[in-house]
Amino acid sequence: MTISASKFELLELQGVGRSFGGIDALADLTLTVRAGEFIALLGPSGCGKSTALNCLAGLLPLTHGQILIDGKRVDTVAAENRGFGMVFQNYALFPHLTVEKNIAFGLQMRSVPKVELKRRVAEAIALVKLEQHAKKLPGQLSGGQQQRVAIARAVVLEPRLVLMDEPLSNLDAKLRLEMRTEIRRLHQSLGLTTIYVTHDQEEALSMADRLVVLREGRVLQIGTPEQLHNNPENWYVADFMGYRNIIDMDVTAVNGSAVTVANKGFTLRGTAVEPAALGEKVRAAIRPEDLVVVSPAVPVQGGNSTTATVSVVEYHGREFAVGVTTPGGWGLHVRSDHAPVVGSVVELTADPARVLVFRADRIDPATLSAEERELAEVRR
Amino acid sequence: MSAPTIGRLQATKSTASLRHRLAERGIDNSLLLLVPALIFALALFIYPFSYGIGLTFQPSPAIQQKWGGGAFANYVAFFKDPFVFDSIWLTMRLALPAALFNVLASIPMAFKLRQRFRGRKLLTTLLVLPITLGTVLTAQGLLIFAGRQGWLNRFLIQIGLIDQPLTLVNNYLGVFFSLVISGFPFAFLLISSYLSGIDPSIEAAAKTMGADWKQRFRRVILPLLAPGLATTFILTFVLAFSVFPSARLVGDAMGSTRVMALMAYRAFGEQTDYGMAATIAIMMGLIELVVIAVVLLWRSFLYKGSTGGKG
Repeated sequence: MTISASKFELLELQGVGRSFGGIDALADLTLTVRAGEFIALLGPSGCGKSTALNCLAGLLPLTHGQILIDGKRVDTVAAENRGFGMVFQNYALFPHLTVEKNIAFGLQMRSVPKVELKRRVAEAIALVKLEQHAKKLPGQLSGGQQQRVAIARAVVLEPRLVLMDEPLSNLDAKLRLEMRTEIRRLHQSLGLTTIYVTHDQEEALSMADRLVVLREGRVLQIGTPEQLHNNPENWYVADFMGYRNIIDMDVTAVNGSAVTVANKGFTLRGTAVEPAALGEKVRAAIRPEDLVVVSPAVPVQGGNSTTATVSVVEYHGREFAVGVTTPGGWGLHVRSDHAPVVGSVVELTADPARVLVFRADRIDPATLSAEERELAEVRR
Repeated sequence: MSAPTIGRLQATKSTASLRHRLAERGIDNSLLLLVPALIFALALFIYPFSYGIGLTFQPSPAIQQKWGGGAFANYVAFFKDPFVFDSIWLTMRLALPAALFNVLASIPMAFKLRQRFRGRKLLTTLLVLPITLGTVLTAQGLLIFAGRQGWLNRFLIQIGLIDQPLTLVNNYLGVFFSLVISGFPFAFLLISSYLSGIDPSIEAAAKTMGADWKQRFRRVILPLLAPGLATTFILTFVLAFSVFPSARLVGDAMGSTRVMALMAYRAFGEQTDYGMAATIAIMMGLIELVVIAVVLLWRSFLYKGSTGGKG
């Protein structure tokens, strides 16, 4: 394999921001990327992740901060001279050019000699296993194949940095899983440095070396998948990382970081991630798989026991996903090894270490994005 | 024949009523909606058109005597009478450059006006507004504005740029201006909509692959836009080719802008030779068809599929 990434040591984003008519789409993004890293920018729609990517690609000029590669500024370089590869959400293939010519386009722009051009195009096509489709127009290909052309077209240029803007969001679920592995494989075998934008936390967790969680243009947390998955720094990140149960509660006891929180007869012991004082309003976050129905095989953990009424039972293969309602009227998602009767009262337990307690900073619903407001409404 | 085949045949035979089966093929009461259009087409186009063709084969005795050719005398006259025949060239000389100019000038404007900027709507409106002006109003305005005693000439003389007034109307230029004023908004509107049909991320992709704006335009935008340009060219060409009022009002009706429509009108109105008038009209149509066919032939070699955008 002769396709490989061009080398650099360090990509630095320093206080990068972009505002549109006074509104910050992205503010103060500071991030250092080492060559070879796979970084995912994660957040709901409108969080500024695509803005960040377009700023990196040079398709959007920055309004604040700077971008450096090995100490040299690149944010002042025109997009066509940055030498970054980009894969677009809708693939953005040239509809009038065959697969081959789509892939050759960038090489032609760089006036690569014909012989070398042919060899590199053939290699790129082989890389994404599209040999049989080389002479076809993009319109004759399936979504997954088009996606592979888009990737081949970006990596054939041996870019210093590959930018991917939700490349899998238009594919069906099964193909998405396969392409995930495929992208990760290419990233590793070609030694690429990849910045990957997605709103799918599972995708980000499974592919990236490090994640950047964004919300309303601001960075909430940067860390490895493990760090984000196990130790989200605030309830918003927790929410995004699959802590589906987020409950507004009051602190009833504090012992260091071990706190007890309660909401109308629903009491849990948990761990305060952000310092919490007695009587303070807080927000507890628990993953559905950490909050389980007590049964002969599942004992109470850490003295954490509370009750709720079963409202929905779904079969999920090995276990049951159960929807329960607390006495205070909160709907929660829990797991069970047996199917409880709908309407019955069950005992729930959770490891106090896995019940994360955050500062509530209850936000004004008016400032929420439409998507978040919808989520909040569904939860009530 | 084996039994299963017969079984399959029986299975495919529809049991629905005739009415239902006809409806399936689009034959039902809603076809009545087409009746008014059909009546109009017959009464206002097909019948007069056939009648006109018939007229061309009934030359007047004068034409027959002068040019010979029996029933084809009108056509012989058309090709042999330089006064009539030259009007093809005179019309072409106006319509082709005007159509070409309208298309070519629209491209950069449509390009710029695709982006958002302050005053974009106002500018677009200004460019499209002339559509609302009739040809007569345009001609009148041109005469007042660009005539020998018009504002433009007086202004240019006053600031000392020229000594003698420029002859901008009552000649080829006057008609050309008028064709641009009435044809440009059409071309601009059409090309704008074709351009908005091209997904902007395609251009962004070309940019990230190292193409500068010239390469992006030539290699990506132009091939995708070309079919739209061909259509726009055909429409503005047809519009310009049938020019009549402005050729008379701001042109040199018996000289440099003696266009075919004027010749047909002369045969009809002044010589009351309906046969000759019809012949000129039919020939106009034929020449337009030839130009359209050439453009469509060129277009057939181009990429015609989706352009990825919303268009």
